[in-house]
Parts: sequence; structure tokens; C-alpha cells
Amino acid sequence: MSGDGLTIAVPRGALFKETLDLLDQIGIDTTEVRANDRKLLFGDVGIVTMRPSDVPTYVEAGAADIGITGKDVLMEQSEREVYELLDLGYGGCTMVLASVAGADPMEEARRRLGIVRIATKYPRIAARHFAATGRQAEMVEVKGSVELAPLTGLVDGIVDLTATGTTLRENGLVVREEIVGVTARLIANPVAHKLKAAAIDELLERVRAA
Amino acid sequence: MSDPTGTAPAAAPTPTIHPIPSGTRDVLPDEMHELRAITATALRVFAERGFGEVSTPALEYEETLARGDVGGAPPAYRLFDEHGNVLVLRSDMTVPIARLVATRFTDAELPLRLCYAAHAYRAVRAKRGLPRELLQVGIELIGAPAPAGTAEALTVLCDVLDAIGFHDYRIGLGDVGLYQTLLDACVTPSHPPTARERVLHELVTRDFVGLEREVGALGLGREQTELLVRVPQLRGGPEVLSALDGPAGEAADGLRGVYELLEARVAERLILDLGLVRELGYYTGAVFQVYDPALGTPIGRGGRYDELLGRFGRALPAVGFALNAQPLHEALMRERA
Repeated sequence: MSGDGLTIAVPRGALFKETLDLLDQIGIDTTEVRANDRKLLFGDVGIVTMRPSDVPTYVEAGAADIGITGKDVLMEQSEREVYELLDLGYGGCTMVLASVAGADPMEEARRRLGIVRIATKYPRIAARHFAATGRQAEMVEVKGSVELAPLTGLVDGIVDLTATGTTLRENGLVVREEIVGVTARLIANPVAHKLKAAAIDELLERVRAA
Repeated sequence: MSDPTGTAPAAAPTPTIHPIPSGTRDVLPDEMHELRAITATALRVFAERGFGEVSTPALEYEETLARGDVGGAPPAYRLFDEHGNVLVLRSDMTVPIARLVATRFTDAELPLRLCYAAHAYRAVRAKRGLPRELLQVGIELIGAPAPAGTAEALTVLCDVLDAIGFHDYRIGLGDVGLYQTLLDACVTPSHPPTARERVLHELVTRDFVGLEREVGALGLGREQTELLVRVPQLRGGPEVLSALDGPAGEAADGLRGVYELLEARVAERLILDLGLVRELGYYTGAVFQVYDPALGTPIGRGGRYDELLGRFGRALPAVGFALNAQPLHEALMRERA
């Protein structure tokens, strides 16, 4: 438990370092977390570490009281019953639609086949974007290296998260549309939000002040 | 059974697997014994408080449920009878009891106190291991307006949770009309017609970041913006109510009225929650949720449904709650662990 009895789900990966920096700033000691790459549970300070996409699962079930994860994860898992309390501002990325440079293969697929094939790790965000813009698309869910899919002819385009666009460029892909900007968010379990209201509000105040 | 010596157990006979529908389950004697103890205790307490048990058909005509507006609890199963009528397995007991009261109790003395232990059937969100078949125990108190009827329902709720053996439960109490009243005071005809809905959507989906964005988009003054963003995040003891003034203070009059009627032992269980919103289409005033620290989701819910009976032709104010037996059982087991 952290000083105020809250269990915090911390995302490993791209948001890890900035999240630990934030926790340090609000007085939660993360020395042990930083020193242990493999350990997952840090009971003394109330921190559990996991993949960002697992954070809503733990928080919804109450296995963690609060958690930090990307808005992309929350949008993809929009049916999760968690409170979204605060935009933490860091971890800024853009969800984009991209395809190989030059003449856009998605245009030709749309015109001649009536449908575009899209590879993504975010099938629901991507499907929602195409539905909202009145276009037909077929989603191909992949687990990693989305950039490979259009290069091999698996798909016409991809929907993926990009921070700087470097990986896209290095693979000869260009951004065709920006779908949504995302940042890190602080979320809370609905029961903990009521039963531990004082501790959560106090932590919110410290985060806002940091 | 685990083997204390750690050796492999003797090979068990291979079971013959006959699947059951997704979201349903069998209950074996050990669990059933404990579940039965919970439902029997609940029914005993209800009876002591003057509630008579009723049973209604598991199947209702689809139009009955549609009349009741069960938006937040969609039915899981629909079927046809031999005449081509569309039937659904009830998604809760409140709508069937509203139908029953309108049909069978035309000249009964009010208030009516009815209770049940019965299964309900709900559509679920995918891949969450959620049950489609729920065993519920609950009451409906019909013809008892706010605030006294609400206070009685909350008192019976505490009685039953105490009798089952819970120590650490709390009850979140909110009012679905409260935020609507605040919106009425702030949203004007000059705002886009969807503005209200967009703000409410963020609140219903529990997104306070989105709430701040949508309220910001209304272009209100600092005070009103602050009101619409801050008030739904307030929850706690009676100090939450005393901190409100102006339009928010008036909007909270309903909650204050209920709170003042409660015995101390009930009042101390309450968490006043100004962000609690309508989960079922028919709720009108006070709404409540039951929490136990041992579980991450509410173990029961209830509220006022003053307009539901009217839809069945007999306008009566009413309030009720339902507790889900399986989560109750799990929370009890963990509380005692």
C-alpha cells in the first residue's frame, strides 16, 4: 500500500518512466520499482506493474484501486467500468491512418473494390473511425509490428499510434489522416472511488499540483 | 482435492461434457447451501418488515419489458411461443412487479410491500465472464413517496445486509434528478440541442476528463462551469450536502430530506454521491448502490421509480432494491477470510 492505502496499477512500456517520475513527485517512493525489472508487485508502496492494456482490467475488477494508462487503451476498451479522473498530459501520441508513400493504395482499393483492408492493434478505434466517416473497411487485427502489414500486401493501410512518426517513415509509410490525439490518463475503480474517496481526492490534488 | 503429499492424484474417470449456455452455471451442494442461507435470511428479514413474497413468470411478453423501459438491463434471451408472440426472460423483477401491481392490486391498501428471490436474465458485455442468469433478492415498496418511502427501503437494505452478516458494506446514495436540475440552470436554448446529451454521456460513461471538455464547450461563466464539473465528483458524508449552495443546494433538497429521516445506524452507512446517475431507464429520484470493500463492483442497487407504475396504468410512487446473491456470497466469503 502507498502511504494512503491505495493500490496503483502502473504501466510498463512507453509510459513507465514518466509515470514513475510523477509518482516520485507526489511522494510515492519508486526506487525499488526502478531497480527491479522483473518484479511485478511492490506491496510496500502499493504499486503493481503491468502492460498498459491490462491496467483497465485490474482497475475494473478492483485488484488495483487506481491506475495509469493511455487514452488509446481506454478508447479501445470503452466498455470498461472505470472512472477516468484526470488527463496527465504526458505520453502524447496520435492515432493515425497511414499507408505506403506515393499514390495512396487505400484510394484505389476504395474506388475499385469498395472496401479498404486495415491492419491495427486497435480494431475498435479503427472500425469506429471508418464507420464515422462513412467508409467500408475490413479490420485485420495484428499483435505487433503493424508497419509490416502494408509492406507485404496483407492490407492497404494501418491504424496505429505514433509519437514522432519515425518508425512509419523508416518503413516508407506516410500519415494520411490523424484520428485522435491521446495522452496518459488516471483511472479509478468505481467502488474504490466511493469507499476511498478521501485518499483518491487527496492524491488527485497532489497530481494536479505536481 | 489437493494432495498434501504432492504426488499426482489417481486418474479420475474422464467426464462426459455436455455444455450449458454461455453465462449460465450449475450450482453444487456446498455453494447452494451457502447461497440458500443468504436468500433465506433476506426473505426472513423482508417478512419481518411486512413484505410479502411474490413470484411472477420467468417469461414476459416483450412489450411488457419495453413498456417498463429496461434500457440499462437489456434482456438476454428472446423466443417465440406457439402463437408467434415474442417472449423474453425477464431482465429484472421490478418491471414484472409493476405489471403485477397494476393488474392484481387495484384496490389494495397502500403502501404495498412486496419481495422476491428470483432469477433474472441479462445481456452481458462480451468476454467478461459476466452471468446472464442472476439470482436476485429484493423488495418493491409501492405507494410510498419520497422521502419516507426511500428511507424505509434504505433501512430494510441495512437490516438485510446486517442479518446476512456483512460488517464493512456502504451504500452510495445519489439522485438522478440532481444533475438534470443543474443542467437546466446552465444550459439555455442558445446551446446546440445535443449539448445536454453530450455532457450527460460523459457522466454516464464515468469520464471526468470528457465531462470537463464538454462542459467547457458550453462556454459558460467560471462559476457555472465549476458547478457542472465539480458537483458530480463530490461524494462523502453529510458535509457534501452542507457544502452546496445556490442552485446545487436546492437540487440536493431531495437527498437532504431522505438523509434527515434515517436512523443513525443507517445514515452512517451512507456515502452521498452527487455523481451517481441513472443506470436503469425507469429510475426517477433517489438511486443507490451497495458496495463492499471486498469486491470491485457493486453487490446490489436500487432506487425510486415514481413513473414506472403509471406506464402500466396505475400511477404510484415506488422504490425498491435488488441484491445479487452470487456477488453477496463472494463478498461475504472474502469479508470473513
